[in-house]
Amino acid sequence: MTRHRFRRLMGRFGLYFSVIVLVSPAVFFFLWMLSLSLKNELDNTAYPPVFIPNPPTLTNFVDVFQKNDFLKYTINSVIVSFSATGLALLFGVPAGYGIAKAKATKAAALILIARVTPGLSYLIPLFLLFQWLGMIGTLTPLVITHLVITVPIVVWVMIGFFEGLPGELEEAALVDGATIWQAFVHVAVPLARPGIMVAMILSFIFSWNNFIFGVVLAGRTTRTLPVAVYNVLTFEQISWGPLAAAALIVTAPVLLLTLLMQKEIVAGLTAGGVKGG
Amino acid sequence: MAQPRGRAYARHYWAFAVPAATIVLLVILFPWAFTIFMSLHDWKVTGATPFVGAANYLKMLQDARFLWAILRTLYFTAATVIAPMILGIWAAVCFATQFKLRGLARTVFVLPMMATPVAIALVWTMMFHPQLGVLNYLLTSMGLPPSTWVYDSSTVIPTLVMVETWQWTPLVMLIVLGGIASLPQEPYEAAILDGASVWQMFRHITLPLVWPFIMVAAVIRLIDALKTFDTIYVITLGGPGTSSETINIMLYQTAFAYYDLGYGSAIVVVFFLLILAISLLLLRIRQREAWR
Repeated sequence: MTRHRFRRLMGRFGLYFSVIVLVSPAVFFFLWMLSLSLKNELDNTAYPPVFIPNPPTLTNFVDVFQKNDFLKYTINSVIVSFSATGLALLFGVPAGYGIAKAKATKAAALILIARVTPGLSYLIPLFLLFQWLGMIGTLTPLVITHLVITVPIVVWVMIGFFEGLPGELEEAALVDGATIWQAFVHVAVPLARPGIMVAMILSFIFSWNNFIFGVVLAGRTTRTLPVAVYNVLTFEQISWGPLAAAALIVTAPVLLLTLLMQKEIVAGLTAGGVKGG
Repeated sequence: MAQPRGRAYARHYWAFAVPAATIVLLVILFPWAFTIFMSLHDWKVTGATPFVGAANYLKMLQDARFLWAILRTLYFTAATVIAPMILGIWAAVCFATQFKLRGLARTVFVLPMMATPVAIALVWTMMFHPQLGVLNYLLTSMGLPPSTWVYDSSTVIPTLVMVETWQWTPLVMLIVLGGIASLPQEPYEAAILDGASVWQMFRHITLPLVWPFIMVAAVIRLIDALKTFDTIYVITLGGPGTSSETINIMLYQTAFAYYDLGYGSAIVVVFFLLILAISLLLLRIRQREAWR
């Protein structure tokens, strides 16, 4: 009996030890990022490193917005991510419904092709196409290419959700004389609202995070935040404070969303294994 | 009554998928067709674009830089699949057990894969600084020799692998955790009665039962690993020299730094076939496992 308890205790100890080992790299990384962004330049380049900002300063954040046009890039990112997510929901939710109802697993596999193809491979022809159409320098090419990320995420998550819904309510509506479109809009969509939420959050996050399309297609005034923050690196290689502050500004919305919506995000990711780009 | 009715409607449901299918066709299939067309031409951004047949593909065979990029990609991919798989399965087993603050710990653990890759890569770059970086400080304060991290061709790929592992282990964990959550409890209860150890239960119950989920995670990780771009581009841009240049980075350089779009397109075609072949191979292995 004592041996059994000893083993349980050891198991408990091993578990907590494992969790600490696994989680601490993430904790350390994000705390260090925060620390860099709140320190002045002297402390940031000190050796041995200063860990706790004393006193903490917000000048790095002010710097980022004053020296670079970060407000504009933020607006660009918001426009691109919201448009790409909105359009993806508009097209992807009905598509997910259609594929789930028609049990078209082959069509679902086609969606996966978008997941397998590297982002760069769309970009050579699309870059030329947008150039011919004179669209380089506007946000339209970015919204269009971001659909490559957002549409498959929405369709994939929605297929899973609609398959999980019981069909009886829609069938009752059909028996009562509703068209399939009405049954979809008035019965299935309200029931699938949690799924739509998951699809929306994931699609927004992966569009927001996307770098590769922006780096090729964005001009000076149409940079999204990830491209803008990369440019801060190339021009101010030495000042770590503003660089860390800029990095934090870019990723803060996503981190907050993850912390607030962790249940939805975990549910969506577990089901689909989705990731953009 | 409802059953035949539902089936009669089945073909109407196709209409729901038409708009999304149109977008996929326009944004994915058009570029594909056009890429293959371009790969058969000597295509620079300006000037004439003469038809050259398979010349771009033949050039690849003699291009040492390209062949090295393939080997490097395979090496980088193998490492960035294996390390996250092992750590991810370990993490999934831990997070499947109840403990205090589990929800918080899991959320923090998932943060690296949700955070913007460019922002993450920039902070890593600062941490890798050979003189002022915090990582070398940590190493030396633990009595270990400092590392050259991404500033030497012998350590650059292992360092990038570390960053990718840090970032993508959570995805493996989530998929495997989903698998563990769906397992029945009875085998574990019986095993505990028989006095099985934690390791024995993992080895003989958990591992075989969640194997399909592990394979799904492996395929997804494999595809992502082959396509890695943001981390390498931001931290090293393929350097020092070309010592961390994978196919995806070389592709970017060829097409958008040297503007050799024809050769770039040919690389895209070969790269895509490589991804497809490797993923199909892994799926095939999975299917054979399922037959047993």
